[in-house]
Amino acid sequence: MLYTVRSRLIAIGILLVLSVWALIPTNATQRVRDAATGRMKDTTVRRVPINLGLDLQGGIHLALEVDQSKGPVPDPADAIRRAERVVRTRIDEFGVTEPVVQVVGNNRLIVELAGEKDPARAKGVIQRTAFLEFRITDMKNLFRDALPDVDKALRQAGVKPAGEGAAAASVTQLFGADTARKGKPAKGKPAPKDTSDANAPGALSSLLFQGQLPGEYLVPEEQVPVAESLLARPDVRRLIPRGIELRWGNEVSSRAARSYRALYAVEDRPIITGEELQDARATRDPLTNQSVVNFTLSRRGGRIFERETGRHVQDYMAIILDSRVQGQPPVIKGQIGQHGLIELGAKPLQEAQDLALVLKAGALPAPLTIIEERTIGPSLGKDSINDGIRAGIVGVVLVVLIMVVYYRWSGALAVSALTLYVLFTLAGLAAFGFTLTLPGLAGLVLSVGIAVDANVLIFERIREELQHGKLVRTAVDEGFTHAMSAIIDSNVSTALTAFILYLVGTGPVQGFAITLIIGIAASMVTAIFVVRTFYMIWLQRRPDMATLSV
Amino acid sequence: MIRLFANAKYDFIKWRRWAYGLTALIIIPGFALFLVRGLNYSIEFTGGTLIQVRTPTPVGTDRIRAALDAAGIRDAEIQEFGAPNEYVVRTRLGATGTRAEGTSEATAAAVDSALAHGLGAGQYSVGRTEAVGPKVGRELQGKAFLAIFFSFIVTLIYLAFRFEWRFGLAAVLATFHDILTTIAFIRYLDLEVSLVVVGAVLTMVGYSLNDTIIIFDRVRENLRKYRRQNLYEILNLSINETLPRSVLTHGTTMATTLALVFLAGEVLRPFALVMTFAIFTGTFSSIYIAAPLLMYVEKRWPGQDARGARAFRPTGAVPLDAPKAPSPPAAGGSRSKAAV
Repeated sequence: MLYTVRSRLIAIGILLVLSVWALIPTNATQRVRDAATGRMKDTTVRRVPINLGLDLQGGIHLALEVDQSKGPVPDPADAIRRAERVVRTRIDEFGVTEPVVQVVGNNRLIVELAGEKDPARAKGVIQRTAFLEFRITDMKNLFRDALPDVDKALRQAGVKPAGEGAAAASVTQLFGADTARKGKPAKGKPAPKDTSDANAPGALSSLLFQGQLPGEYLVPEEQVPVAESLLARPDVRRLIPRGIELRWGNEVSSRAARSYRALYAVEDRPIITGEELQDARATRDPLTNQSVVNFTLSRRGGRIFERETGRHVQDYMAIILDSRVQGQPPVIKGQIGQHGLIELGAKPLQEAQDLALVLKAGALPAPLTIIEERTIGPSLGKDSINDGIRAGIVGVVLVVLIMVVYYRWSGALAVSALTLYVLFTLAGLAAFGFTLTLPGLAGLVLSVGIAVDANVLIFERIREELQHGKLVRTAVDEGFTHAMSAIIDSNVSTALTAFILYLVGTGPVQGFAITLIIGIAASMVTAIFVVRTFYMIWLQRRPDMATLSV
Repeated sequence: MIRLFANAKYDFIKWRRWAYGLTALIIIPGFALFLVRGLNYSIEFTGGTLIQVRTPTPVGTDRIRAALDAAGIRDAEIQEFGAPNEYVVRTRLGATGTRAEGTSEATAAAVDSALAHGLGAGQYSVGRTEAVGPKVGRELQGKAFLAIFFSFIVTLIYLAFRFEWRFGLAAVLATFHDILTTIAFIRYLDLEVSLVVVGAVLTMVGYSLNDTIIIFDRVRENLRKYRRQNLYEILNLSINETLPRSVLTHGTTMATTLALVFLAGEVLRPFALVMTFAIFTGTFSSIYIAAPLLMYVEKRWPGQDARGARAFRPTGAVPLDAPKAPSPPAAGGSRSKAAV
């Protein structure tokens, strides 16, 4: 099917287009630190979609296990899942773009923080003991009632309802174009008039939308940093009613194509903490087909909980892990003693399991010990990339020189195929989402040297055939067919070793194995198929060619 | 047209005893040293810590040692790393006596604070830190062992599938020779053995095997082509015929590994050095070890290709460059046509 030059060129063209397409910079969501507020926020950046390993971009790699040195932990696999859940809730605290938190095997947690510079801080965030508490939400809407005063104070302090930059635009969208203008004159006006103006959107209240239950507010995701910086102001904090505290939710919900983060006003006193929790289990009620989480408290905890829930029937109870409200607070339907259950309605069992994990994380903190730590400074990573690229360029130039000097025109064909080879290899890395590591860079450079081996085998064979007095066309054909078994041999044995290295190795070595395997596949395509096509074109243009530049 | 070693007629097999001597001269002392002192395993395998620091101006390893001594860290190895103002401080778990998890990480922090104390907080920057607990070290040893073991198994299966067992045996022995010389080489230069270096050794096993396979393929082809010559001559002829290819391929590959040795930085240098040496020893063994070994194997257990193997010298009656035979179908001919 690929015997004509035309069909071969089409095949090469398709491969070329696919490769370039795989390497086109794409929009990737990245979390970066907002310079103004110091919080993490999502932005989109355009970059070439090749993942760089930590050894190239700098960062921290931590492997943690449940610490059993101070006594055995009954179920380490469960403990590590709890730890993962806890670390995930703290993900915002890492100052990095795409943190990796993953359980490996059944008792190990891997945390990778690309670009993080402060290992001590990162380790602190990860190893801190989880703290779980149940708190009643602001049922009397004390916080909502205090909002006008807060807005007034902000107005007096000169804070305009519309934030700056991007925030301004979105507020204007929400409330109509005149909001921004309304805010400005308000600033200069005397205080008494402000009181009557309380219904006008204020700096803080314009960011908050009433949620479904008392004490729940929704804040547009992109406004979260603004709201947070406002709430952190001392003059605002003074005005938050006594006995009320604000806690952010852990989930982002989307409504009408916009995403919102929940902010909860909760009582400052927990009705119970994780210390009293003994167990939590997720089940699905087979009759009603509803997901539920059963939890058990200690005897003492049961007594406290019974008293508190008795006082708060029909109130909402926020489940707070590490200062983050987990999911939507459930309503207390009646007095609860030592055994309670949280109904999640038609929500999938997965969510119930997640909530059970949260409860247990607070109840049975899993002490983690760091069994492996690797920190690579960003400048070292950059140096490595530069050194690798320099070595690669020098290596490739040497290979090109050797090939062109020794095989002349045919060498030049091989070299031009080599540029395709580099393109294909990089595209392969990008397309399959593999990570380029420092040894991987070495593998890439090395495989350029190995890649031309196939061409050397072919060219030597062609030379031999020519020497035996064969015609150019026959010599080329025979050269390719006779060299084939040797080419397949050499590539298969290298690929097998690389494959084993990939299966057995760790990150950096896997990177090496992957570039080698992809490099081998790409070199088979370019050395055999592409160079052969070049020859076909060449011979078609000069059918009477008597000598071959090889 | 440049042609290196075109139509060469070197009698490689004649020099086999010299080759054995040379290789023994490399392997035996190196291997003895390996048995006595072991290898310089990286902390990945032993567990321990590594801290790489850079100072604005060279301070010398003595000052770093003094700083560590002052903090009571006495078992650290201190090395200049690539540049006079870059240092690597290593502590191994075995040396400190403590083998509990978490101590590596504490040691790393202790080294850092000792340096901050001895050199001044702003006087150095930490480029990388590695702290490996004993468990991870043991696991990695297991992984390295598995990688070596499986690549041997797969290689053997591949050879069994590809060649008659006599050829396979010679190839395996030659590969084994390569591993011994490489271990000796690593020992002589006291290179740090990390998992990546193990990877380099395994890759070079594959690479050196290719070389042997390419020569053996040619041997098989020539055995069919020249019916009147004995094995000795066929081996020499085949090595000579594949010589230009060997020189060229090893030339290009070595160009890249040398570029890595000199330019790719200190971290990759052990890897690149091992690869460079592996190319050298792989070529050497394919020619001087694998081919003569094939003769010994055929002499000991004569197969259908054993003609003249007993003689162990050229018959003299037949010239090396025999008249051109009508080209027979090559070994992989029919398969490769399908592949193109």
